[in-house]
Amino acid sequence: MFGYYLDLALRSLRRNKALTALMVLAIALGIGASMTTLTVLHVLSGDPLPGRSGSLYYPQLDPRDGHGYLPGKTEPMDQMAWIDGMNLLQAKRADRQALMTGGDAAIQPENGAFDPFYEDMRFTTAGFFPMFGVPFEYGHAWGEAEDDAHARVVVISSQLNDKVFGGGDSTGKTLRLDGSAFRVVGVIGDWHPNPNFYDLNRKNYNENEGVFLPLSTSQDLGMAHDGSVDCWGNGGSGQAPDHDSPCAWLQFWVQLDSPAKVAGYKEFLLHYAEQQKALGRFQRPPNVRLRNVMQWLAYQQVVPDDVRLQAGLAFGFLLVCLVNTVGLMLAKFLRHAGELGVRRALGASRRALFAQLLVESGVVGLVGGAGGLLLALAGLWLVRRQPAEYASLAHLDPMMLLATFLLALGASLLAGLLPAWRACQVTPALQLKSN
Amino acid sequence: MEIRPILASLSKHRIPTVLIVLEIALTCAVLCNAVFMIGQRVSAIRLPNAIDEHSLSMVGLSGTDEKTAGSDIPRNLAALRGIPGVQAAGAISTLPLSHNNWGWSFGTSPDVSVFDKKTVNFSLFFLGEGADKALGLRLLEGRFFNADDYADSSFGSAPLPETHVTLVTHSIAERMWPGQSALGKTYYTTSHYYTVVGVIADVLRPNIDGPGEAANYYSAFFPMSAEGSKGNLRRYVLSSAPGDRDRVMRAAEQKLDELNPNGVTKSAIYSDMRDQYFADMRSMAWMLVLVCVVMLAVTAFGIVGLTSFWVGQRRQQIGIRRAVGASRSHILQYFQTENFLLSGAGVVLGMSLAYGINLYLMRHYEITRMPWYYLPVSAIALWVLGQLAVLGPALRAANVPPVVATRSA
Repeated sequence: MFGYYLDLALRSLRRNKALTALMVLAIALGIGASMTTLTVLHVLSGDPLPGRSGSLYYPQLDPRDGHGYLPGKTEPMDQMAWIDGMNLLQAKRADRQALMTGGDAAIQPENGAFDPFYEDMRFTTAGFFPMFGVPFEYGHAWGEAEDDAHARVVVISSQLNDKVFGGGDSTGKTLRLDGSAFRVVGVIGDWHPNPNFYDLNRKNYNENEGVFLPLSTSQDLGMAHDGSVDCWGNGGSGQAPDHDSPCAWLQFWVQLDSPAKVAGYKEFLLHYAEQQKALGRFQRPPNVRLRNVMQWLAYQQVVPDDVRLQAGLAFGFLLVCLVNTVGLMLAKFLRHAGELGVRRALGASRRALFAQLLVESGVVGLVGGAGGLLLALAGLWLVRRQPAEYASLAHLDPMMLLATFLLALGASLLAGLLPAWRACQVTPALQLKSN
Repeated sequence: MEIRPILASLSKHRIPTVLIVLEIALTCAVLCNAVFMIGQRVSAIRLPNAIDEHSLSMVGLSGTDEKTAGSDIPRNLAALRGIPGVQAAGAISTLPLSHNNWGWSFGTSPDVSVFDKKTVNFSLFFLGEGADKALGLRLLEGRFFNADDYADSSFGSAPLPETHVTLVTHSIAERMWPGQSALGKTYYTTSHYYTVVGVIADVLRPNIDGPGEAANYYSAFFPMSAEGSKGNLRRYVLSSAPGDRDRVMRAAEQKLDELNPNGVTKSAIYSDMRDQYFADMRSMAWMLVLVCVVMLAVTAFGIVGLTSFWVGQRRQQIGIRRAVGASRSHILQYFQTENFLLSGAGVVLGMSLAYGINLYLMRHYEITRMPWYYLPVSAIALWVLGQLAVLGPALRAANVPPVVATRSA
């Protein structure tokens, strides 16, 4: 039966090429626009560390003074002060933990082999690598012993390894940063979490830190901090925050492997805040949060507003295209009301006619979907050429490919429902008479 | 033109009528909001900025020793001023639209705190001697900094400069002391206070919000000595004839590289920096334009398609009307009036929908209220589009010969 309907549908569509082309084009344009924007939205709101992100949590504290505090409304600070970060790190209450911040330094050649250049860096404690599951191409991460010894060791990205050492196993080689020599202990492999969830103060996407080194070492050498610094009270020392100043400028992440541990850690944070208040360091009532990676990204509204607006607009456009298709489909079906009358008179049930007409709109939807896919590929190519920081991430994945066809088919079947129902209402006798 | 027969006919074809009205309404709603968003972006891209944007170039220098800045900066500036074509040069902490923001909140009375609701957040710019000329700041009232102001200013342990003089933009003056002259007035934060010695024309902040916000111009300027700058005078600004900018910029970068072998330089022409800042907005605006154009085309073709179908269905009726004396122009007018009515219903519905969408966007995004004139303008645009789209099918209808009335049936 389906084969017969398909044949009828193709014949019918071929008979009125202009109208068919118009319907296919409308569906294709609507699908193309919405799939382009939806893919960008999907990529940007994706999970940066699938499988791991559920057990990574970002504790937040509120060490500010009483000014401007609204109980239950004021969110705690987005970053940690040095004292709190060190206290929580040393408490070791989580399965894994790391205290970190962003920085930059000039990478200098050993013997004038290249011009010095600035590189984004991460100053962190050793827990970073096992906690985030960072893969290593060569060598390994440093350990707590190196943190405690303020060792001059670095882990570098494979891009930087290519740029400075021409690739290959560079462990044991020396890298000069801001005039100090560091020993390379590891080269990390292909690892690009997007969004760059662990520090949203520089770039949210496509952050490319070339150098990772112990936080303790970076503080010894007074290496430049890069990121945001939030101070309260009488503020601190501005661009280079010191350890005693009332400023928050570090990120602290923990790994908690079970819900019980999460509850326990939250309890610990509350207890810590109370204790600090009793000591007179905190002035507000305990105000803490413990968000996991996806909750943290949602809270920080990391997906740009423009991207969400574009998706909304594209769906508005798809709706216009669909209403348009409903109208054209109705015109098309009613124009052939005579044939439908004949089929009814020969014994076809309304249900059979309805199925036949839906097959016809489904064919329009599939062809439109294929066209929409091509348009979406072209659209994504255009997006990749835009100046936005996330541009290079805009690629179609298999899930979105499937979604494209489902959306196209669903949309066109939906668009076919009303016209098909209307066309099935024809009275066979009347149609036969008028012909 | 009698409209009762048109209404009677439309009420017999309810589904297509509703579809056309719905399509026009949706198009109108999306169009209003998209055009509004385009307008917002275009006005942001064009925001005025009272510095000599077209004669300015910049070289950033970092990685140098802060301790020798007192002698390095004057030496670097002397070398830069020696480059042929350089009209003025100076060192500065940041530039408008550079993303490099140093913000702080101030109030107009001495008992303020950073989190006070009444304080206003400014962007701080630290000027080395000569940077005011190089930028081309325009004085409205008072004076620029003098040599003593520069020499007396430095950074201590606080993130604020140890000085008591400041220049503010016209917008700050209006916000802090509305209706009064800002000259000689003082603004405060917990530990520091600054007295206004001059008011300058509006200069944009390193980061801005949407267009139309006075806060975009809350820029405050402070003098800064080279020796006390603690590494905060990292940008060298140069002014030159627009045609010389490229050459001057490259010569300056080379000079600074030679003088500071450990330093890292990065140069740009200011108008490129400005374009860079707005690049995202520009591409968003173009994308919106593309969607609008395609959507209008789809709607127009939809009207053509449905009207053609109607014309086809009514050939006989048209023939009868022609046979009983209606002229071609009567038939033409019939379809035009019909479309006029449908578009009218569509845009009325569409305008209220557009307003609703705007309210929704205002609540969830950083979008301001849409000015009322966007609604009638979009409505007229859709009316015109409808009339153009219907013209083809209506002309075909007008060409139906009266003899059709006598055929078949």
